[in-house]
Amino acid sequence: MIVDSYAFLPRSFVPLYSGASPAPGDDGPVWAPFEKRLAEARIALLTSAGLYLEGEQPPFDGEREKADPTWGDPTHRVLPASLDGRALGMMHLHVNPEDVLADPEIALPLGGLAALVAEGRVGSVAPQHVSVMGYQQAGLEVWRHETAPAIVELLRNQGTDGLILAPV
Amino acid sequence: MPVLARLVEAAAIPTVTVTMMPALAAAVLAPRIVGVEFPFGHPFGMPGDRAMQRRVLETALTVLSGAAAFGTHVDVDIEWPLPRAAAYKSWQPKEASPIVALMLASMKGDG
Repeated sequence: MIVDSYAFLPRSFVPLYSGASPAPGDDGPVWAPFEKRLAEARIALLTSAGLYLEGEQPPFDGEREKADPTWGDPTHRVLPASLDGRALGMMHLHVNPEDVLADPEIALPLGGLAALVAEGRVGSVAPQHVSVMGYQQAGLEVWRHETAPAIVELLRNQGTDGLILAPV
Repeated sequence: MPVLARLVEAAAIPTVTVTMMPALAAAVLAPRIVGVEFPFGHPFGMPGDRAMQRRVLETALTVLSGAAAFGTHVDVDIEWPLPRAAAYKSWQPKEASPIVALMLASMKGDG
């Protein structure tokens, strides 16, 4: 099966994406070999669903986006591997949050990853994971120069061997 | 999002991007790509469907750990189990996002 990237996209949006090309300076391959066995590797997750710990972390800033529609909050939140009953909130004005809030595994499969660790297929779940809010236009430079370096530092500090990113 | 994948990969941490828009991820040169033909907001599948979520996650881990070269792209062979029209409608926010509202207003000539 070959996935149709536009199967669920409103037809009028297709031209916004179908002609995409690399950003200046982003036009070559970048590659880090995965050198460990998966059963010995520590894996982290990154979602763009705009998830945050309800009542503990500030939501992504949707009010500013409403006032300035080309801006999207470029900050990130660090989420623990185990929520221990803590609730997740979601701030993303571009998708219906109902399904993610009903079952966060569809965007951030921490339980699924933990199950594979328990079976010995994956070495370990990283202690901390990352949430961003994926709508970025004006904020992209902040992602490049502030958010991404902070994420890299977090991943390095916890010995992450591989990262699964899942845009929503 | 592929921009984050590239920046993390450039810092020597391997990445895989699980995406509803693999053509876009490929166009902007994400290093490893797993495509899913799911409604937006559902990269690992249906709520409550652990088997579907596991298949996507396992594919992502296989591509992450086993891809031999930059640009490896594998699509997951799962058809969304709900009627297409309903799924198309239900992923969208109840209120148009600010940029979409602005575009619609602009198309109507009042923006």
